[in-house]
Amino acid sequence: MSFTGVMRPGHTCIRVLEMGPALTHYVDRLGLINTGEDEQGRVYLKAWDEHDCFSIVLREADEAGMDFMGFKVFSTGELDRLEAAVRETGCEVERIAAGELTGCGHRIRFVIPSGHSIELYAEKDYVGNGLGRVNPDPWPEGLTGMQVNRYDHCLLYGPNIPDVVDFFINVLGFDLTERIIDAQSNMIGAFLACSNKAHDIAFIDFPEPAKFHHASFLLNSWEEILRAADIMGMYEIPIDIGPTRHGITRGRTVYFFDPSGNRNEVFCGDYTWYPDREPITWHAEELGKAIFYHDRKLSESFLTVVT
Amino acid sequence: MDNAPGYEITIADIGDRFFCKDGQNVLLAMERLGRDGIPVGCRGGGCGICRVQVMGGGKYRTLKMSRAQVSETDAAQGICLACKLIPQGDLHIRALGSLRQSLR
Repeated sequence: MSFTGVMRPGHTCIRVLEMGPALTHYVDRLGLINTGEDEQGRVYLKAWDEHDCFSIVLREADEAGMDFMGFKVFSTGELDRLEAAVRETGCEVERIAAGELTGCGHRIRFVIPSGHSIELYAEKDYVGNGLGRVNPDPWPEGLTGMQVNRYDHCLLYGPNIPDVVDFFINVLGFDLTERIIDAQSNMIGAFLACSNKAHDIAFIDFPEPAKFHHASFLLNSWEEILRAADIMGMYEIPIDIGPTRHGITRGRTVYFFDPSGNRNEVFCGDYTWYPDREPITWHAEELGKAIFYHDRKLSESFLTVVT
Repeated sequence: MDNAPGYEITIADIGDRFFCKDGQNVLLAMERLGRDGIPVGCRGGGCGICRVQVMGGGKYRTLKMSRAQVSETDAAQGICLACKLIPQGDLHIRALGSLRQSLR
């Protein structure tokens, strides 16, 4: 397959209540690399195996949650084409000048029917993964904490899931990889890919708009998931659930919280998606198994704790 | 209790009591002792699941909480999040946490 439109989740801006403890969490514990701070006090972070200059932006605020999630598209030509496609739906589109986020080219931003702000951009400064592009070593020394490889996806909670899915498929060119339907066949959960991952973004039905469930970071193995959970034990990082396995996406996972109550995930091992496949369907009455495959019980916190 | 400095927390509606060490937050004290009565969410002041109201004139301080969960008016009425509630005396509290079900 070829990546011609939206390529991948490129950044997420997370609101934190206090920057100091947030940096200890995201840098010292997760192992993200601090690549700078702007005049607004926003701090830019990247995982070691990302090549662009940031993927996570932290903004100190009075409320926790997510400001926006941005996707990188293949070229400025594709960005223009997608901007026109989004405008054609009647959706209001905001243009944000290059440099408003340090090192990022111009972005377009729009609000989807679940209430979340989504951005597209085509250019971001290249800094590399520290290994070079000629005869590179497999990994760099000097990483800290959980040593997450890269930012992977977000799960967002809000209303109007069928409209959101229609928009992502028909306007942004995503594939639906998995869905959750209730007894009346309403779609109440959706997992969507713009690449050949099992998900690049996911949504679950929730009465309040624009809620943030988690941002997920990739690890290589179950052993690394266990080691990450050990670090959570060492530093008393609140664990929500895990280590365990998801039925949906087959990912191996730990859910935990940052010091402002925003949920994070470290995960590994989903499957490879190809666009000629049909989506997987989960019934709401099997949701326990869909989310937490081993004990097959839905935790109250999975359904209710969001920022 | 024992000789460690701390305070007795009473959950008003159910009458359950537990000990909270000086400087510890009420939610963590409850969890560490295997007790319940206050719903547990993010433990970071962000989600609002552990909303409580301090009854009467108990002394306490709070750490930073999400304004989306506790407004200034709420705070003036003793409403706060148990995960950010640090007692400075014995407290009587009432759990307000409303668990919002996300799936129909």
